[in-house]
Parts: sequence; structure tokens; C-alpha cells
Amino acid sequence: MQNWIEKQRHLVDFTLASLARRKGKNLGLLAVYAAIVFSLASVLLFSHSVRREAALLLADSPEVLVQRMVAGRHDLMPAAAVDKLKGLRGVQTVEARLWGYYFDPVAAANYTFMVPTRDAPPPGRIKVGPGIAATRGAGAGDVLAFRAYDGTLFSFAVAGTLDSESALVSADLVLVSEADFRTFFGVAPGLYTDVAVSVRNAREVRTVAEKIAKALPDSRPILREEVLRTYDSLFDWREGMMLVLLAGATLAFVIFAWDKASGLSAEERREIGILKAVGWETSDVIRMKMWEGALLSLAAFLLGYAAAYLHVFYFGAGVLEPVLKGWAVLYPAFRPTPFVDGLQVFTLFLLTVFPYTVATIVPVWRAAIVDPDLVMRS
Amino acid sequence: MRPSSLAFALIGAGSAFVLASAVDARLGVARAEPALARKAEMVRELGLTDLCLFTEARYTRHLSQADLHTAFQDHPLSLDHFPSGSLVPPRRTF
Repeated sequence: MQNWIEKQRHLVDFTLASLARRKGKNLGLLAVYAAIVFSLASVLLFSHSVRREAALLLADSPEVLVQRMVAGRHDLMPAAAVDKLKGLRGVQTVEARLWGYYFDPVAAANYTFMVPTRDAPPPGRIKVGPGIAATRGAGAGDVLAFRAYDGTLFSFAVAGTLDSESALVSADLVLVSEADFRTFFGVAPGLYTDVAVSVRNAREVRTVAEKIAKALPDSRPILREEVLRTYDSLFDWREGMMLVLLAGATLAFVIFAWDKASGLSAEERREIGILKAVGWETSDVIRMKMWEGALLSLAAFLLGYAAAYLHVFYFGAGVLEPVLKGWAVLYPAFRPTPFVDGLQVFTLFLLTVFPYTVATIVPVWRAAIVDPDLVMRS
Repeated sequence: MRPSSLAFALIGAGSAFVLASAVDARLGVARAEPALARKAEMVRELGLTDLCLFTEARYTRHLSQADLHTAFQDHPLSLDHFPSGSLVPPRRTF
């Protein structure tokens, strides 16, 4: 065993000396290889983290939401329809909700105005999300003015800001009282944006949704599981889009790496010939090249993964941020929670380390079984 | 120092970092749990349905509440022109 280890160490020594002879080329390869691993790992780590966080947070969103549709568009729900829902069997609670969008020309951003069903601020006062607080530079005690639906200027005193750690769900929220909401948007009493319904028996959610659709044919019930599925597929899709964008770079690298690993330069061919001539066995030459592939790909994986982990979980995924932001003025400043999928990391490890190592063996084996004299002469 | 010793030391350090990142992730999740619980509480209290990821258009802000024909919702030739629209998958039935 000791002998075997010593032999491998000599092979590694020799491999490193051989790599050092082509320092520029090999360092370049290592840098590009690590950059590819970094990009792929960043996308995978970020998407998995946000997907898990979305699933955890939205598990507490309303069980069923009922929207009224008119000519295929979301419309206000009359109080009579809300009463109808209360009478359905299996329904536990019915909460009519008021919320809507407001475009703020000052910040050129969209806000979500919402009336909390519990602990709503008193009339004339609002609570704002951390995104708005940062964009408008508003804090408790400040006054924010917005233009109402009829053009009149509405001044609200900021009663407080929502916790900045909740930015992922609340960056653009403005919490107002019901009276202010109705006056501001011109929503008549007895009309609501939508209705949140909770169901007595969780297994009956679909049945209750069918009953709702039958009782209010112009409505559209949205189930919590559909909300969760939306976010699951959103991150699958986005991850896929990012990977497609990276596919070009990855493919170019694969071709480059394959060419580098599977095709031997004249210099390398001569080196193998000399090694064979001085008494190296074919298996030793193959082992040496295997060490070369393994060390290079392992170093690239470790460097790329470590950089990706720090980038996503310690530096807020700055490289991916522009893709996520789009044209949104308000974007939550949040640091992803480090949910890491071990299987995903292991798959990335297998896909980055093994193909390259294996690709190095075939041409070496081909060169190593040829007569040394012939190899050196060619 | 032999080059192989240096190489193995560096690979060992890298592997230790990856293992440490797994521990760090676990600790990070444990540290974030109270904040996650507070956020979940806010979602429950306010009845929130969506993450505040894309605020540029109403159908990207509340993805799960958007109309079923989002891309053409303003008029039949109104193609989606917000960048985040391309990051949102089309409906399976589309």
C-alpha cells in the first residue's frame, strides 16, 4: 500500500511538472473551466434557494382566492357574491379583500396598495414596504403624496415601514385603511377586489372550488396549490432560460476541453514516446494523464463551486441580479437563504469532473500502445 | 515541499471549503428560520399570494393572480414587452 501511494505521488509530481511546462495554456484552461462551473453552480444554487423559500412562505397564502371575471378580465366582486360564498357547504371563512396597483410617477414604480383584514392603519395613515421606503426615502412620521383616481392629491402620513427582512414578499406594499382605499381608487362600497376562502377540510379544497365555480359562473377560483405550482414552474423555467443562455458558452468550452483532452499535441506525443522509451509502462502513462485530468477538473470544480457559494449566499448573487430585475424599479434587497440541494451539487460534480478525466484517457492509450520509436519519429 | 504535497494540500483545502459550505448552509438555514417564520406570518396575516420579484407590470407582480391570457391582455396584438415576461413560463395549455 505504501509503495502504491508513493508511486502515485511520483506520478502526480511528474504530472504537475509536465503541466507547469505549459503553464499559460493550462492556467487559462483552469480559469475558463472554473468560470463555467461558477456560472452553472450560481444559477442552480440561487434558483433552488428562492424556490424553497417561495414554497415555505407561500404555504401560508390563502387556500382559495376567488376573482370575478368580466369579458376575460379581472373585475370587482359585489358583496352579494361574497354572501353567496358564505352559504356554500365546506367553506369555513370568507374574507373579502381590497387591493390594487398604483403607478407612482415620482419613482416610476408600481406599488401594491392593500387593505389588511386585521390591524389596518387608521384613515390618513399608511405603512409602506421596505422597497418604497428606500426609493422614496420615507420613514415613520414622513408624509407621502399620491394622486388619486380623480387627479386630487392625497397625502398620507407614514405610520411605519414593514420589516426590511420581509422585502421578498413586501417590498412594494402600501397598507391603507378601507376608507382611504375606496376614496383613493374610487371603489364604491360593497365592491371588493377578490375573496379569500378557507375550507373546513383540506382534502375538500377541489370540491369546494368546483362548488364556487358552479355558484358563481363568472368567477375564477385560484387554489393555493396552483400558486405554489406557479412558483415552482417559474423557477424551473428561469433556471432553464439561464442554462440555455449559458449553453453556448458551455458548449464552446466542452468542444475546447474535448479537443484539449482528447487530442494530443506533437509535444505531448513525443513526451509519451520518451517515457515509453525510458521504460514507463502503458498503464503508468495512462495513470499519469488520468491524474492530469482529475487534478485539473477537480481544481476547477472546487474553485468554481466555492466562488458560486460565496457569490450567491454572501454577495447577494450580484451577477444574476440584472436578469431577475428586468425593468422593475422596486426590487427586493434580499440575501437568499442557503438552502442547498446536495444531489444537485453532486450531479454538478459528476458532470464536471468525470467527463474531462475520462476524455483524457482514450488518446493517451492510443498513443501509449504505439511503438515509442514511431511516436518520437512522427 | 514536493509538488504533489502542495497539490493535495490545495485540493484538501478546497474540499474542506465545500464541506464547510454544507455546514454553513445548514447553520444559515437555522439562523434564517425565525426570519422565515416572521415572513410566513406576514404572508398569512396579509393573505399575500406572490413574491415581490417583478414589479414592472401588474401581471408579473402577482403571477399567480394574473389573467390567463397575459401576453395579449391589452389588445390582440399586444405582445408582452417586459423583460421578466420572458422569464415567466407560458401556461402548459398554451
